[in-house]
Amino acid sequence: MKTKEFLFKYVSFLAASLSILFLLGIILSIFKEGIPLFKEINVFDFIFGRRWHPTDEPPDFGILSLIIGSISVTIGALIVGVPLGVGSAIYVSEIASSNAKEILKPFIEILAGIPSVIYGLFGMNILAPIVRKIFNIPIGLNIFSTSIILGIMIIPFVSSLSEDALRSVSKDVREASYALGANRIETIFKVIVPAALPGIIASIILGFGRAIGETMVVLMVSGGTATIPSSIFSPVRPMTSAIASEMGETVKGSLHFQALYGIAIVLLIITLLSNLLMQWFVSREKNEKKIY
Amino acid sequence: MEELIKVKNLNLFFGSKHILKSINMSIYKKSVTAVIGPSGCGKSTYLRCFNRMNDYNGAKIDGEIMLDGEDINSKNTDVTKLRMKVGMVFQKPNPFAKSIFENVAFGLKIHGKLKTYEIENRVEESLKSVWLWDEVKDRLKESALLLSGGQQQRLCMARALATNPEIVLLDEPTSALDPNSTRKIEDLCLELKGKVTILIVTHNIAQAARISDYTAFLYLGELIEYNETKLIFTVPKDKKTEEYISGKFG
Repeated sequence: MKTKEFLFKYVSFLAASLSILFLLGIILSIFKEGIPLFKEINVFDFIFGRRWHPTDEPPDFGILSLIIGSISVTIGALIVGVPLGVGSAIYVSEIASSNAKEILKPFIEILAGIPSVIYGLFGMNILAPIVRKIFNIPIGLNIFSTSIILGIMIIPFVSSLSEDALRSVSKDVREASYALGANRIETIFKVIVPAALPGIIASIILGFGRAIGETMVVLMVSGGTATIPSSIFSPVRPMTSAIASEMGETVKGSLHFQALYGIAIVLLIITLLSNLLMQWFVSREKNEKKIY
Repeated sequence: MEELIKVKNLNLFFGSKHILKSINMSIYKKSVTAVIGPSGCGKSTYLRCFNRMNDYNGAKIDGEIMLDGEDINSKNTDVTKLRMKVGMVFQKPNPFAKSIFENVAFGLKIHGKLKTYEIENRVEESLKSVWLWDEVKDRLKESALLLSGGQQQRLCMARALATNPEIVLLDEPTSALDPNSTRKIEDLCLELKGKVTILIVTHNIAQAARISDYTAFLYLGELIEYNETKLIFTVPKDKKTEEYISGKFG
């Protein structure tokens, strides 16, 4: 028995520490490939350069248009996905009857399980033509279409984390609100949502991380043009799609290759920061709950 | 003593369970009335009848509770107005995750169109009436969750008092508090009864004896005995009452 326990303890410890090892390994290798770029190109020119012409002679490695591409579709996705995600969380946790909840919740969760390439197909072949017709524009593959698809993709993430936050608001506080004469709507918006706000913000940051890191959808739907967009109907080339589509054509160790790793570093820093921020909000929520 | 509330033949059912059985009782103005009884006797459910908090749990109620000449269970009752007249403090302190000021102002803002300075005055008044003003006047904007448990419970009392209710319902308000905080809440009840009627549910018999003018003994959903506290605790008429207050069961 003793040896079994001993073995189990260390095997599970190994499993747990492996993920830390993987994370560190990934971060290190990406930095190792990307850092040499900055001997040739200054960081400022890299990030704020407006021209991304990696195969021209001489090449330009300014990723501002890629960063703006990523940020514009991510903000668009949040504009679409946050109201729907938080709204459905409020409905499921506060308003729906238990029957409606049982039907609705699995559907929202299934959204999370759909492979992103299928979202991409839908966006490319069904949504984009519709967008093109409705707005009478030359291409339907643009920020607008991408935002809608990414927005739908993040709904389940925003919704389930928000719902946890709303549900963990204690019954006592709800009762206090009713006992002061507040009705259900007032209780939801003046008491429950404010109390769950750290968790809701965490869910939004999670959605942000999902959207900015998503590759397949943006590769298929965003249009792929590496220029600074002039409107929401401009095609863009987000960072993820630049890495995915160009890596195959580069020579290992070339400047272009290193520049794609440079983009990966920027992306990694953004997502790590958003993760840290999210965890800060989640822990803040837990701390507040303790006092109740 | 002047009557504030008259309960007439009140019955409450959860499904087929008969929880409160034909209760008749008067609650007198500007006094402290305690409801005592063993756990599960229905005393919290009874308390929640007075501000219609049983509306949410599927309870079926018949009988009347007359307040200001109106039956509060009537369909025409404006529940929001009722809860302005009938404040409530719960077992566990349950301040909102808002500032101290916003907690006390909550009811006022729900009900109406008071001007900012009127709200500020009422908040100050309420906090003073629960002896919390001096402790918090410099930190009204801080989160109420940073207060100690006892302070939180007094804040909840201030919150309930802010709308100038006629009666405040206290549902075992000290069961989650330490002895010092409990003492403060009890002293507060005695002080407040000059202004407002208090109906308190407690499992603590000694507490009922210390602070109440009238005591109701509830057992298995029936009102066994209701009388002035000094009489209940000295010459109880019912054998069950005597056994309960002398600690034979509970």
